[in-house]
Amino acid sequence: MTNQGIGQSVRRKEDFRFITGQGHYTDDINRPGQLHAAFLRSPHAFAKIRAIRLDTAKKMPGVVAIYTGQDVAADKVGGLICGWTVKDKKGDPHKAPRHDIIAIDHVRHVGDQVAVVIAQSLSQAKDAAEAIEVDYDVLTPVVDVVTALKPGAPQVHPDAPGNLCYDWEFGDKAATEAAFAKAAHVTRIDLLNNRLSPNPMEPRSAIGEYDPGTDTTTVYTTSQNPHVLRLILCAFVFGLPEHKVRVIAPDVGGGFGSKIFNYPEETVCVWAARKLKKPVKWTSDRTEAFLTDAHGRDHVTHAELAIDKDGKFLALRVDTKANMGAYLSTFASAVPTYLYALLLAGQYTTPAVYAEVKAVFTNTTPVDAYRGAGRPEATYVVERIVEAAARELKMDPVELRKKNFVPVDAFPYQTPVACVYDSGQYAKALDEACKAADYAGFAKRKAESAKKGKLRGIGFCAYIEACGIAPSSVVGSLGAGVGLWESGQIRFNATGSVFVYTGSHSHGQGHETTFAQIVSDKLGVPIENIEVVHGDTAQVPMGMGTYGSRSLAVGGSALMRAADKIIEKGKRIAAHLMEASVDDVVFDKGTFSVKGTDKQVPMAQVAFTAYVPHNYPADLEPGLEASAFYDPVNFTFPAGVHIAEVEIDSDTGVTTVANWVAVDDFGKVINPMIVEGQVHGGIAQGIGQALLEGVVYDKESGQLLTASFLDYCMPRADNLPSYKVGMIETPCPHNPLGVKGCGEAGAIAAPAALMNAITDALGTEEITMPATPLKVWKVIQSRHLAAAAE
Amino acid sequence: MYAFNYHRPASLADAAKLLGSATDGKFLAGGQTLLPTLKQRLASPSDLVDLNGIAELNGITVSGGSVTIGATTRHAAVAASAEVKKAIPALAALAGGIGDPQVRNMGTIGGSLANNDPAADYPGAVLGLGATIHTSKRKIAADDFFTGMFETALEEGEIITKVEFPIPKRAGYVKFPNPASRYVMVGAFVAETANGVRVAINGAGPCAFRHKEMEAALAKSFSADALKGIKTDPGSMNNDIHASSEYRAHLVGVIAKRAVQAALG
Repeated sequence: MTNQGIGQSVRRKEDFRFITGQGHYTDDINRPGQLHAAFLRSPHAFAKIRAIRLDTAKKMPGVVAIYTGQDVAADKVGGLICGWTVKDKKGDPHKAPRHDIIAIDHVRHVGDQVAVVIAQSLSQAKDAAEAIEVDYDVLTPVVDVVTALKPGAPQVHPDAPGNLCYDWEFGDKAATEAAFAKAAHVTRIDLLNNRLSPNPMEPRSAIGEYDPGTDTTTVYTTSQNPHVLRLILCAFVFGLPEHKVRVIAPDVGGGFGSKIFNYPEETVCVWAARKLKKPVKWTSDRTEAFLTDAHGRDHVTHAELAIDKDGKFLALRVDTKANMGAYLSTFASAVPTYLYALLLAGQYTTPAVYAEVKAVFTNTTPVDAYRGAGRPEATYVVERIVEAAARELKMDPVELRKKNFVPVDAFPYQTPVACVYDSGQYAKALDEACKAADYAGFAKRKAESAKKGKLRGIGFCAYIEACGIAPSSVVGSLGAGVGLWESGQIRFNATGSVFVYTGSHSHGQGHETTFAQIVSDKLGVPIENIEVVHGDTAQVPMGMGTYGSRSLAVGGSALMRAADKIIEKGKRIAAHLMEASVDDVVFDKGTFSVKGTDKQVPMAQVAFTAYVPHNYPADLEPGLEASAFYDPVNFTFPAGVHIAEVEIDSDTGVTTVANWVAVDDFGKVINPMIVEGQVHGGIAQGIGQALLEGVVYDKESGQLLTASFLDYCMPRADNLPSYKVGMIETPCPHNPLGVKGCGEAGAIAAPAALMNAITDALGTEEITMPATPLKVWKVIQSRHLAAAAE
Repeated sequence: MYAFNYHRPASLADAAKLLGSATDGKFLAGGQTLLPTLKQRLASPSDLVDLNGIAELNGITVSGGSVTIGATTRHAAVAASAEVKKAIPALAALAGGIGDPQVRNMGTIGGSLANNDPAADYPGAVLGLGATIHTSKRKIAADDFFTGMFETALEEGEIITKVEFPIPKRAGYVKFPNPASRYVMVGAFVAETANGVRVAINGAGPCAFRHKEMEAALAKSFSADALKGIKTDPGSMNNDIHASSEYRAHLVGVIAKRAVQAALG
């Protein structure tokens, strides 16, 4: 048992099927009589649909049906919803214009759905889609927030005047202004947080299926949260009873947030399947993924930091314009508000923070949560401006941070922006990271680089995130339309093996191993005897899904509670078998025993007795299973320090990441190998954002210029260094596992660390992400750094 | 992908005949450009005439002063050839740096040259070494072969059969890849040959071209320093979101110097 429990790097149970090609993804599933859907998509960023002619297309071979937005409207199908209502400065709810699953009169971004063809084969569906004729009145699009907010800009939606979704504020404005008035120094910075395309390896896919015999609808789909999708489809889109709809999210190949949302395509598959009484399948191709998977980030920010004469932060003022894209996606409104501004205190004791956020509609793909969701944007603001302040004050960035960190003895710590940080050791993480990065030796390395004509820089990021997203009462008060608990169920079989049901969902995170480890550790069952079941609303009673690094902190905690119930009942059965008082029975490492005696009964025997209750307590129900829900009392607050070191070739502008150190505090770590893997992947995505990735729209036409991997630069192995990953463990004080969450940390920390290193090397803050060779070279040219290096 | 007729002739004559009788036929070599184009429904040829069944088009021979590579020889074969590595190491290294292993195991030299993608590697070597392109009809000098972006001197139905590279005294190839696609953004193939120094620049402009000013400078002194101060006209460079024409023009100088250093070992 010792090599399988909490704290052990158990190899991932799920990897055998994944690495031998035996995973079952949505596109691997084919239902009898299945039809195929192909979408005709808008080639224009903004246009009025004048006419759609289907005559030729309808006569094409294999075509079963072609539907437009008018057909959807005729069936009174609701539009897609935004599940989080943000109230603006005046207290009015955000503008959430209609989000039709097929466009009705206007198309608002390139790739918007204009019609769907359902045919016997995918090829036939595509052929027919090409034969549909559409007359458009092409309109002038707007793709960026600055232009969209200008008077006279094109109006994306008639019911969102000025393209404004909301103008929101958070924090104490008066206190912040007062602090600025007495500041000895003010650091100002302008930042762009570049738009990203999520690009999970598996593209989205869905099958809708309807069984008229039972009046049941089944949806196979690439979802991170099948129960939430069921709720949205039933309660808001179709008006169907939840008990007649089953959502199955089988193996899912990556999500990064983009598979949280309810999308038009899966909704169309469900609607068409019910209409045609035949299964309808759609699988995104990579181009469709670039055009329609919800993008991430896309902020334009001005920030100011007030500092006193001793280097203590007095206040932070932030003004952000966030691009929502053409429609409000499922949780889009929450990302640049509650997932962003609440983290603007960072790891610091800054007493006053005030943020204003304008969310803006544009003729681009909708933007929603993407790995980190709001917290990378907040961290980027805080850690860029802190580093810039250190440079302006000519202070060591490490010392400036330490001077302002929330001290170890201050927890629980109330920030000025609502969060109560529960625990942390910020200076310790920074000290360990500096040691691992050999910060003391940096000057020497910089000099050596200079000798080779290279520019070297070092950058820090002390990030904090609010994870384990919950508690329900808090998120409810902030506008969330759902609760954010999680459910878990443990069911023993008569022979001692165990099913574990979780409402969270694994799409790469390794739940089948980590959750099995928790249950194994707690109940003393070998992990090979534990099957973790997730992703099917017909098997798992309830769930809220996986996002916001919440699975373990919330879902794992639910399982701990269920395990407690199992032990409690097991004690009663064991007491009966051992003819002892329940109060004298103790449970440890899979065995029930009577205190002070050698009497003992293993868990397997208790389970068997529960199902073959021949000799059994009279007042006890047979069976050994337990359900539990867990709704935490607070967020968790993982934090840590990343240090990036870069070397820049001043001849070409190429940045090489020379060294990377991460020291993270995720609380208790269940499986160090999996956690390290999560950190590695997160850093890769963060380096991707800072150095390589960026969605680019043509300003005039609104065309997506980065619509394939030829132009959208994904990080590859040779872009990345070997990371030095360290951890400190400050257990979360309020959940039973002491865990905090690790899935997003790398993506949150990395961009600021890397950009701080690049700006250190270049000696200017004036460079935006991604810091491509072209951009770096331009800075080098303008600052004549090449000559200096030579 | 739209439907098409597929043919796999065993001789050049049959291949030419099949293409001639097709309404809109295309030759298929390694398919590394054509097949993705078909998959994305961006082309709809009536017929594909697969050249891979023609035995005489495949293989590498090194004799006397030249390396001759058959048109359907895969990049991986060139990269792995001990004879090529010995005779023109820069050529083997170039082939080994094209695309990824999957591309190198399907892509062919003939296909690459006939397509003449501005971001392809092989045009740099062909022009930089002054190779001769043998076709089903004639021999074409490298200097006459590349006529523009995706344009060559090949006539309708003309098939590249092999490419004959004179073995240089020394040669070097360095490329600056596009960060996203890893195709060539700026490449320089520099060679000191029996007929003088040749410098071919690929990736940077619409079509691979010789940099005469660099050639003259290197003819005087074959060293990276000899290229100092030589400018390239941004007006002749490509311009896209990854690299402005000014940046490409600058990189031509940097990469050419590195190619000289590579040639000098």
